[in-house]
Order: sequence, then structure tokens, then C-alpha cells
Amino acid sequence: MEASSKTSIFVGAIFLVVLAVVPVALFYAGEIFWIDIFTRLVILAIAGTSLYLLLGVAGLPSFGHAAYLGLGAYAVGIPVHYATMGGAEWLASYNGWWQFSLAILVSALFALVTGAISLRTRGVHFIMITMAFSQMIYYALISLEEYGADDGLSVYSPSEFPPLLLDNPIHLYGICFGSLLLVLYVVHRLQHSRFGRVLQAAKQNETRVLASGVNPFKYRLLAYVMAGVIAGYAGALMANFSLFISPDMVEWSRSGELMFMIILGGSQHILGPLVGSSLFILLEFVLSRWSIYWHLPFGIILLLVVLFGRGGIIGMLRRDKQS
Amino acid sequence: MDIVLLITQAVNGLQLGVLLFLLSAGLTLTFGIMDLINLAHASFYMLGAFFGATVAIYTGSFTLGFFAAIIGVLIVAWVIEKGIISQLYTRDHLDQLLATFGLILIADTLVHMIWGPAGLAIALPPLLQGQVALGGVTLPSYRILIIGVGLLVALGLYWLVNHTRTGMLIRAGASNRRMLGNLGVDVGSLFAAVFCMGAALAGVAGILITPITEASIGMGNDIIITAFVVVIIGGIGSIKGAFVAAIIIGMIDTFGRAFLDQIFMMIMPAETAETAAPAVSAMLIYLLMAIILSLRPAGLFPPKLR
Repeated sequence: MEASSKTSIFVGAIFLVVLAVVPVALFYAGEIFWIDIFTRLVILAIAGTSLYLLLGVAGLPSFGHAAYLGLGAYAVGIPVHYATMGGAEWLASYNGWWQFSLAILVSALFALVTGAISLRTRGVHFIMITMAFSQMIYYALISLEEYGADDGLSVYSPSEFPPLLLDNPIHLYGICFGSLLLVLYVVHRLQHSRFGRVLQAAKQNETRVLASGVNPFKYRLLAYVMAGVIAGYAGALMANFSLFISPDMVEWSRSGELMFMIILGGSQHILGPLVGSSLFILLEFVLSRWSIYWHLPFGIILLLVVLFGRGGIIGMLRRDKQS
Repeated sequence: MDIVLLITQAVNGLQLGVLLFLLSAGLTLTFGIMDLINLAHASFYMLGAFFGATVAIYTGSFTLGFFAAIIGVLIVAWVIEKGIISQLYTRDHLDQLLATFGLILIADTLVHMIWGPAGLAIALPPLLQGQVALGGVTLPSYRILIIGVGLLVALGLYWLVNHTRTGMLIRAGASNRRMLGNLGVDVGSLFAAVFCMGAALAGVAGILITPITEASIGMGNDIIITAFVVVIIGGIGSIKGAFVAAIIIGMIDTFGRAFLDQIFMMIMPAETAETAAPAVSAMLIYLLMAIILSLRPAGLFPPKLR
């Protein structure tokens, strides 16, 4: 066990060094295309890590996590829309602090309300209810003509965080990468705090936790809200990265992809989502250049990983070390 | 409010409800008996539409297309059950969800490769193109046919589940599948049969909707989530629950879209109402689900567990 956790720390350290150095080096070498790929990877890793808090730590398989990406993105897109087009003065702003606070607030509220309902249920009910609530956001966004309905909305100007310029790819990447480090640190600390231990204990045996006088419900709800907030924050970054938002970000298959990333990387290790999102982006990149039918091998790989690849990449590394 | 409009919308709501029932009947049975969560049910809906439409176009007969949809989907479902799904029964729900999500990606891409990116539209047979007058309200006869087929299937399933030996085994499986196996019932074959029957019903729903919309790639991927909502509200494993919930959801969704803006206009400025009504009506069924689940966490008609 000792040796295996050293391996995963080693692998994780390599990943983080590569993420810190390679895109920046490529950018200054004139290969400006790659930084886009890496920015998307890092944002997905942030969202994935928030889902890890639910799935890996608390054992709550939320299948509607893309809803928060969408809420966060629209919390940036809607104020920009009004600031550009006029109307709704109380909301309209290019100010990043306002937009990101809004993203966090809206995600927290949505997570609080839907979490309070979903967490009453278990197993398959929980999976489907989280999925249904995210579809609710999807259909609501699709029918809001004011914000482009299913055509989506252009974000005319990125969030303003003086002196940082989010339309500068290096600045944006720096913010995203710094956020990823912060999120990894926070989730790691949470996992090893009393709070995290209650969640893990309740995942293994809820009855025992109840019997020792702790009600896991409020711990789970808090974890649910935290995960929602982090994913909403990732959504706000995503809006700044793609400068275009649409209900498509919320569709349930996006939640499925997010879940796939975690399973691919390993759902029982904090670096699983980072490893998984890297592989996901790599697969998408390689396969989509190879053919327009790239979803076929993608689906086959997904099927094989689920059927035969228990514990994901990190799980395999650990098993090799143990045997 | 206009009474004719009200009846027309009620028929539309009933049609949506019946369609949802055809989709969710298979889902709720595979859920209840095999504890399997199957997203790829959406693909059977799509495949039913494509198989049926292709045969209908080549032969010129909608009836032949209808039966081709059922047979085609049955074959595909049987192969997938033997090859992949049977590996998944003992896995946890998340694995099942992701694996069947993979199946959806595969099915969507294969359909794209075979039929191309555009959808397949088919015309209705002349017999069904007309309209029926019912007490001053004219209704398209095809919608009546859809509702009729749906009600027939509901009756058939009710008979099958409650009055046959197979149905007895199905109910026993939903209550306690391990006990059923211990009593010497070939659970594997029962699972396969129920899975294929559910898939065929999804295929029927697919070919029935094709003349109205058209067969298109990923056509089932959104409606499947609504079908999941039906299954949750009705109570997992309950055919009766699925039927009641499907009709309620079909009605609420249709009436919400048709009349909510007028109701909103009574209590708020017209401009706000026009923005808010579509969004709220799109969320109605999920609000209903939230309310029902906070009152009855296991749904309206949960099967008795032993």
C-alpha cells in the first residue's frame, strides 16, 4: 500500500509538472494551438475533481453534474449579454468578481435545493433524480429565447479581473491551472478531515454512522453543495475559455462524459479525474482527427473500460504494485 | 378557454403519455426484475424507427414497416442481451449506466454510418391520413391509432403480468430475484425474454412516432430521460405505476406548454409571462417528480419487497 501510494504521487507529480510547463513552453515556441487543448483539459479536471468529492469520497453517483457547468457558464454569459445588449441593469456587468460570485451562488442554491430532495433517495433513484434535475436545467435553457435558446449565446467579452486579461491565453491558462491546484488541495484536505471521514464511513456503512450518533444527511448535503460550487466555478471558467455557451453543455451525455473521465482515471483516487480528463482529451483529439465516426471507437473503449478496467488507470497502477 | 382546443390538447397529451408508457414499460420491468439501468433503451427506440422507416420506404407498406421494426429490434436486443447486457446484471448501477451510455454512442454512430446524417421521413398510409370527427372536434386518425395501440399494449401487459404464469414469475422476480433462482426458475432466460420484450415495445414507440416527426440519430436520447422520470414517479418495477405516471406526465407537459403562458399573463406582465412560461413549462414534470418523491420516496406504486 505504501509503495503504491508513492507510485500514484509520482505519477500525479509528473502530470502536474507537465501541465505547468508544456503548454506554456509550446505557446512561447509559437505553437499557440496546444494551450487551448490544455485549458479545456484543466477545466474538465476541475469539474471532474468536484465530482470525485461526491463519487469517490461520499459514494454519491451524481449523473447530472454537467448542470453546474451550465449554470456557471450562464452566470457569466447572461451578465455579459445584458452589458452588451442593454437591459437588466442590476444584472449586467463585465466584472469578473460579480460574474463568478453569481456562478458560485447560483450553483450553491441549485445544489442545496436539488440535493435536499435527491439525497433522500438511494442507489438508482439518486442517479436518475440527479440526471432528471440536470435535464430540467437543459430544457429550461432551451426554452429561454432571450438567451438564444438552443442556438446558445456568444460571450462577447471575457470576465474582467484587472490586472489579469482573460482574453490572453496564458493568463487564462494560469488562472485555470492555479484553480486546479487549489481545488485539488481543498478536496484533499476535505477528504482527510473529520468531515471527509464521516462521508467515507457513511459510504461504507450508513447504519453504523447513524448508530454512532452522526446523521450523514447534512454532511452529504454539504458535500453536494461544495461539489456543485466547484463545478459551477469550472463552468464560469469554461464560458471564458470557449466564449460561447449553449444548453448543449448541460445535456445528460455531458454528465456521462464527466463520469466516464473519472471512471477512466480511477474513481478512488483524488488524481483520477485529472488522469481521466487527460486521457479523455487525448482520445477525443486522436480519434476525431482520424474519422468523423470517432464516437464508435470511443463508445467501444468506454464499454471495455467499464467491463474490464476496474479502478481505472490509477487502479491498474496500484494493482501492479501490489501483486 | 376554448373547449375544442382543450380536447385537442388532451388528445395530444394522451398521445405523448401513451408513447412514454411504451418506452417506460420495458425500462421499469428491466429495472424491477433485473435491477438493470439501461440507457441503451433509447437506441431501441431509434432502431425501431430506422428499421421500420427503411422497410416502409422500400415496400411502400407502413404495416410491413411496423412489423419489421418489432422483429429487427427483437434480434438486436437478443444479441446485445447475450453479448453485453448479461455481463452487467451483477455490476453496480454506475457501471451499467456507463456501459449502456457506450452502447448509445456505438448505436448512434452505426446508424450515422449506415443511413447517413439526415433523418428518414415516411408518409402515412392513405387510410390513416384522414381525420375523425368526435362530437364537433376533428382529430387526426393517426393520433387515435397511436393511443389505441398504446392502450392495447397496456391491457396486454396487464393481462400478461397479472394473469399468466410468466407474469407470476415476473412479479416474483421483482419482489425477490434470488429466491426465484433458488426455486429452480431459469432466471437467465426470463431476464432475456423480458429484456427483449421491453426493447420491442421501445421499437414500437419508435416506428409509431416516425410518420409524425421522422427517424433521426439520437432521437431517443432526450425522451429516455423523461421515461426515467415516469419510472421513478410510477415506482420502479410497476407496470401500473408506469402507465399512470406516463399519462400524468404526458398531460402535464402538453397542457403546460399550451396554456401556461395564458395563466401567467393573469398574474404578471405579458412580456415576463412570455419569457417565463416556456421555461417553467419545460420544468413542470421535474417539479412534479420532486414533489411526488418528497411525499413518497419510492414512487406512486412501489412493488412489495420481500
